[in-house]
Amino acid sequence: MSAPVLKRAAALLLAILALAGPAGAVLPGEQLKDPRLEARARAIGARLRCLVCQNQSIDDSDAPLAGDLRVILRERLTAGDTDRQATDYIVARYGHFVLLDPPFEGQTLLLWLGPALFLLVGGVWAARLARARDPGGEPPPPLTAEEREALSRRLGGAGAP
Amino acid sequence: MRRLLFLIPAAAFALVIAAFAFGLGRDPSILPSTLIDKPLPAFDLPPLRPDAAGLKTADLTGEPRLLNVFASWCVACRVEHPVLLRIKAEGVPIDGLDWKDEPADGLRYLVDQGDPYRLTGNDRAGRAGIDLGVAAVPETFLIDRHGRVRYKQVGPITPDAWDRVIRPLMDRLKAER
Repeated sequence: MSAPVLKRAAALLLAILALAGPAGAVLPGEQLKDPRLEARARAIGARLRCLVCQNQSIDDSDAPLAGDLRVILRERLTAGDTDRQATDYIVARYGHFVLLDPPFEGQTLLLWLGPALFLLVGGVWAARLARARDPGGEPPPPLTAEEREALSRRLGGAGAP
Repeated sequence: MRRLLFLIPAAAFALVIAAFAFGLGRDPSILPSTLIDKPLPAFDLPPLRPDAAGLKTADLTGEPRLLNVFASWCVACRVEHPVLLRIKAEGVPIDGLDWKDEPADGLRYLVDQGDPYRLTGNDRAGRAGIDLGVAAVPETFLIDRHGRVRYKQVGPITPDAWDRVIRPLMDRLKAER
């Protein structure tokens, strides 16, 4: 087999595998005929929260409202909306809460930066603690002969031969 | 100063407890409306009664009013219904939006339970409700004289919610021009 044929076969296989992904609760009647549009709808739907169950995406939920939102999403995409526009259409109605990936903005600053902040504070604290325990520097040089003599004199001759 | 350092863990603990206590008092299933201070979305719905008028956006201006979203299949709506009838008796206009419901079922519900609504529209496909950001019924919108949403009650209006929250807001809207 020549390289272009192999490449094409690989691309086809990849496309088939992509379509074989879990359909969740997406009903056959809801799916679009155009596989590219349907793939986009799946990608968006997996990141939109079902308002009824709240911890499932609309693609995973059997709630009637989730079904309605899947249909609306597909209508928007068919009408020529970009992924962003179709998502914004639903966000305009239900707020940022429907996004399973919260956007990076003022209200979610602590959510996104919190872990790094805690790591920083903990790291500084741990570093200070480690430094306090270890006086650092070279061990002091051994005593000279005179120093040892002076020391034994002060200790009252104890230990001196 | 250094002697007070031992208080830091205790203070951190108190902060965490305060955050938890705050979080316990909030219901995460209640979503804020994206429509607050914005005009109602456009809709034009058919009536439940064949001889009555339907419900369209233009009907919802002129004086402060409530727009109650309900359905015959909704259990919490039946709990809320006596309160709606009481609100109607107090002379407050309420319009009804029958969401994702068969018109015949919605009509039978009003015949059985009493009809608190001035105008009622049937939103069988549910699109008007979705445009309003309705996630579950009942939900009630407080609408000012210019047709803007000013408050949203998620879940049934309890007598307490009416007396303490919604009626005072309504009185304030009435005083506005």
